[in-house]
Amino acid sequence: MKKTAHFMEKSMNVVFTICGFLAVGFVILITGFLCVSGTPAIGKIGIIDFLFGTEWASTASTPSYGILPFILTSVYGTFGAIIIGVPLGLMCAIFVAKMANDKVSKAVRTSVDLLSGIPSVVYGLVGMIIIVPMVREVFNLPDGANLFSAIIVLTIMILPSVISVSETAIKTVPKEYEEASLALGATKTETVFKVVVPAAKSGIITSIVLGIGRSIGEAMAVMMVAGNVANMPGLFKSVRFLTTAVASEMSYSSGLQREALFSIALVLFVFILIINLVLNLIVKKDKE
Amino acid sequence: MQEKMSLNRKIKSALLNVLMYLSAGIICLILLGVIGYILYRGLPHISVDFLTSKPSLISGTVGILSNILNTVYIILITLIIVLPLGVGSAIYLNEYATNKKLIRIIELATETLSGIPSIIYGLVGMLIFVQFCSLGTSILAGSLTLVIMTLPTIMRTTQESLKTVSDGYREGSLALGSGKWYMIRTVVLPSAIDGIVTGCILSIGRIVGESAALLFTAGMANEILGIVDAVTPGNAGSSLTVALYMYAKERGEFEIAFAIAAILLILTFVINMSAKWAATTLKKRGTKQ
Repeated sequence: MKKTAHFMEKSMNVVFTICGFLAVGFVILITGFLCVSGTPAIGKIGIIDFLFGTEWASTASTPSYGILPFILTSVYGTFGAIIIGVPLGLMCAIFVAKMANDKVSKAVRTSVDLLSGIPSVVYGLVGMIIIVPMVREVFNLPDGANLFSAIIVLTIMILPSVISVSETAIKTVPKEYEEASLALGATKTETVFKVVVPAAKSGIITSIVLGIGRSIGEAMAVMMVAGNVANMPGLFKSVRFLTTAVASEMSYSSGLQREALFSIALVLFVFILIINLVLNLIVKKDKE
Repeated sequence: MQEKMSLNRKIKSALLNVLMYLSAGIICLILLGVIGYILYRGLPHISVDFLTSKPSLISGTVGILSNILNTVYIILITLIIVLPLGVGSAIYLNEYATNKKLIRIIELATETLSGIPSIIYGLVGMLIFVQFCSLGTSILAGSLTLVIMTLPTIMRTTQESLKTVSDGYREGSLALGSGKWYMIRTVVLPSAIDGIVTGCILSIGRIVGESAALLFTAGMANEILGIVDAVTPGNAGSSLTVALYMYAKERGEFEIAFAIAAILLILTFVINMSAKWAATTLKKRGTKQ
């Protein structure tokens, strides 16, 4: 081999190795920056007061920085979206994977793909103009921008990931399972619900965890429909999520308030890491 | 046999069937509702003027040319940077890496990256690129933030199509005396082009739809910038999504917001279609070679 070619081979080897570890580097970078800028405020406020304080008044003359309202709002909001979205999405996935004919299932699948591609601000806009006034009218409230509206928007946003992941899981269940059940005299519906779905359990759980991740991390859409007041959560109260708490005050914050916002981001990051960990455990268990 | 089935069983089956049809129906209805409503409210406000001017109080125009250009700049800058990095990373994982543990660590890192919400990318991008690298709130800082965000997408799609390149190609090339890099450049990469293109299209989709990561990194300015200004630190510019957010939330100008939403929808549709096209057409061409 020519010398230059040999040199090229060697250097490309190094280049690719560096590229390979970029992702690891980025994760370390993100974690590092978040920890460095997020921990000082927690230290100053006190971790108990920060995590379990029920009042957030960052601009008051005697400011208090308790983020329990945000944590609970994020948890309730996600929980609500999962409660409505998972049964709806799962039913749709079963329908597309097992019951519908090719044409119908292709149409539904295309719709789901489109839904997943729509930007979150567009969902936010639709939520602002359709869902918020609707909630106000139906429940006779002074303002429709509340946790309930946010849950509806989040539900719509997690549907695509729930549907597509569970559909894939349902499809990979071996045909023999179904045939055995049908041969024993079970109807098609019974077979699907009592044999196929339990066999696809881990994929379905994965889709739920993905949905949790997506809804806890969503910022722009909920910012536009949740009302954005730092209340303790209630279904028809104007609320603020962990994500929106960061986004809404960032542009005009300073000093301890700004540091506290980074701490909120750190808390959110820890939530996401835990969700990722759970996801990994499920996938690993499934492989075994 | 049907007659022997207990009533209970029949009711249960029928109920589940109804629920399934209902769920699928609701979801299609939501989609049609959302799309229909946005196009209905947005399309009437899209005009040539709207697409080719910038917002100006003096001339009384409300245009989105600046936002369209900013979005294009952000896509271009991001892709130019992320493409070699992501493809290189996938090549390392698929062709060079031998240590199983290291591969697992890299894959874990990639999964973590793809799970991080965009608001956190926005915040970290602000800390790293805007403040630490002192690029200021700028299109460049926004693009660099999106580089980190889209890296997993490019990596995954490239890796998937690298995996489908048959080992026979590689062995044949190596047996003829080519080096590893030469083999990758001439044999492996051309056959994996479908995955790379799909990755690009998916990344474009993600960038077009991104807002939270750009709000604090690329800023909210509406000036029309040239391509040179776009890569100069300190020049802020809002993308279509950020502009939509500002018009809807901060100014309450819903007509403009809906017009932008309609454009975003059409873009999403086009991107979706091209991703499908790339996955099927290029794949066929790749295997024919």
